[in-house]
Amino acid sequence: MSEKQQVNDIDRSLYDFKDDESGGDFYRIEEGLTEEIVLQVSEEKKDPDWMRDFRLRCLDIYNRTPMVPWGPSIDGLDMGRIATYVRHKGEMKTDWEDVPEDIKNTFERLGIPQAERESLAGVGAQYDSELVYHNVREEVAAAGVVYTDLESALRGEFADMIREHFMHLVPPTDHKFAALHGAVWSGGSFVYVPRGVKVDIPLQSYFRLNAKGAGQFEHTLIIVDEGADLHFIEGCSAPKYNVANLHAGCVELYVKRGARLRYSTIENWSKNMYNLNTKRALIEEDGVMEWVSGSFGSAVSFLYPSTILKGNRSRMEYTGITFAGEGQNLDTGAKVVMQGQDTSCVISSKSISKSGGIGTYRSSVIIGKDAHRAKASISCDSLMLDSESRADTIPAMEILTDDADVGHEARIGRISDDAIFYLMSRGIAEADARAMIVSGFADSVSKELPLEYAVEMNNLIKLEMTGG
Amino acid sequence: MALLEIRDLSVSVEEKEILSHIDLTVGQGETHVLMGPNGAGKSTLGYTLMGHPGYEQTGGTITFDGEDLSGLSADKRAKAGLFLSFQNPIEVPGVSLSGFIRNALHERTGQPVKLFSFQKKLAAAMEMLSMDPAYADRDLNVGFSGGEKKKAEILQMLLLQPKLAILDETDSGLDVDAVRTVSQGVQAYQESKDGALLIITHSTRILEALQVDQVHVLVKGKIVKTGDASLIEEINKNGFEAYV
Repeated sequence: MSEKQQVNDIDRSLYDFKDDESGGDFYRIEEGLTEEIVLQVSEEKKDPDWMRDFRLRCLDIYNRTPMVPWGPSIDGLDMGRIATYVRHKGEMKTDWEDVPEDIKNTFERLGIPQAERESLAGVGAQYDSELVYHNVREEVAAAGVVYTDLESALRGEFADMIREHFMHLVPPTDHKFAALHGAVWSGGSFVYVPRGVKVDIPLQSYFRLNAKGAGQFEHTLIIVDEGADLHFIEGCSAPKYNVANLHAGCVELYVKRGARLRYSTIENWSKNMYNLNTKRALIEEDGVMEWVSGSFGSAVSFLYPSTILKGNRSRMEYTGITFAGEGQNLDTGAKVVMQGQDTSCVISSKSISKSGGIGTYRSSVIIGKDAHRAKASISCDSLMLDSESRADTIPAMEILTDDADVGHEARIGRISDDAIFYLMSRGIAEADARAMIVSGFADSVSKELPLEYAVEMNNLIKLEMTGG
Repeated sequence: MALLEIRDLSVSVEEKEILSHIDLTVGQGETHVLMGPNGAGKSTLGYTLMGHPGYEQTGGTITFDGEDLSGLSADKRAKAGLFLSFQNPIEVPGVSLSGFIRNALHERTGQPVKLFSFQKKLAAAMEMLSMDPAYADRDLNVGFSGGEKKKAEILQMLLLQPKLAILDETDSGLDVDAVRTVSQGVQAYQESKDGALLIITHSTRILEALQVDQVHVLVKGKIVKTGDASLIEEINKNGFEAYV
């Protein structure tokens, strides 16, 4: 069995293996999207009444909302052929040993339990539509940190808190796929970090979509209370099928006064995935939001983590990298709405495109009329590895104050033959020299990731570079 | 057997002949100097020896350490023991100087590089070259001054220990102190492993402290004169006029 910890491992089978779903161990909802199906999901989930009604309202909004008129085409996605709910017949486990064998193997191959033992404060592992495993270290739980699946939270002592926050930051009216998410969401995590608690090792969720022609709609809701501190990591992967899969997750992050949240993502969906994910954070006074994002997989991505800097002196940093290979059209970037005074944001985005891949950086910075002395710094770098590939930069800015300090720079470049020759003259083979330059380009992002994720990202780059 | 044997070498760049019918032999541990006016084709010879794909060998042979180099890519030539110190070293963001040398050393030797002893050697070599140790962790050549870039080239040479190092205008753009420091590094290389050198230069400053075996004068793509170290003195006095 291969494991991802090996630095040299560039075996695509690491992500491409798939479990047989044909046995009697899986429950799969009928394909398509109808009121009946939504009600069926709701029943499966044992929703409270308000949630069932909410789902139906979302379905209605979905049906009435047109697709966004911009961005990559999603014509290859036929909602009538997506199963919105697939789960393994078995309850969620808190002891790794109790997780069903095939699912356990999947995550062990992805290195999840090992990462938990070594460097995480808690882990949630979602397989298709449901979490199959959830665990949090005792000392973290003892500090009052709640890390649980969202369904349990809906029924437990945090039920009111969930109801107050769930899809308030990302309302179903936001866009078509937010509405879809609201109608059929399943799985995901709820995290609450109490006032003043600093969690010094990261919590992690890993999302694995195994089922063919299915959708994953997990919802992540995190509330970091005043003065608290959290690093949350999400990893995503899926095996490759020849039919479309859909990921329309939703992440809502609430960072209270003086709190800090770092949200890191390494996304490696398979190349048949439509990744239409929505992430949004609301930052109160003196709060800090840090996004670290690596996007490698999917056929099409629309992904723009957005931040509302509501409180005075709140800050945001976004560091992201996108790697678009053959057949991929990745439209990524960041959005920030600055409302408080003396708020600041730093957006640093990199994109690599290769073998006809299209990487688009799209950002929006809005400085509201009361956001005096706002500072925004945006830089985007694109590296095109050949002449078939494409990189675009679409930055938008709306500045309603006259005392904002805004900087923007964009660079688009190619790997020069002289650079390749220089590295080769030191004994490095051509393919390795290219990979070295690309990894170097991505280095400012990998530096922001925990070690094992930086290693995984470098492996993914090597994998892409060797065309594996 | 000679270490490097160039026989009747002709080289074209974009179909234009730059070097014609070059003969040159460098023995183990010997130091050769290639002099000549600007545009004579000196750097072309360096790039050709190292295997730059833009330089087409249209005739003749290059034999290095008994092996015919024609058709070999630059990395294979490096592994065979050739090294080129670039006139304009390339900046590579995100790749640290020390990590890069360690990686190259691994490729060069085929052996794993032990971190501790590598770091000791690196630190010693950097001290000899009066380089700030902080440069080891900086991105390769990124934001280095001209002098620091040249020192970083010599540093790589010292650690990679090639059999033959080609120094392409390593002394250009350096102040007097830096030339002396770089020259010390080159001397250390000469002495340590019996390293051979082909020093390409159009000035003579770097040569003052070095033991030189042969001097070749290249003009308009041809070697017009070969002699001993006294030729340097002569060119210093009279320039290249007599050969043009």
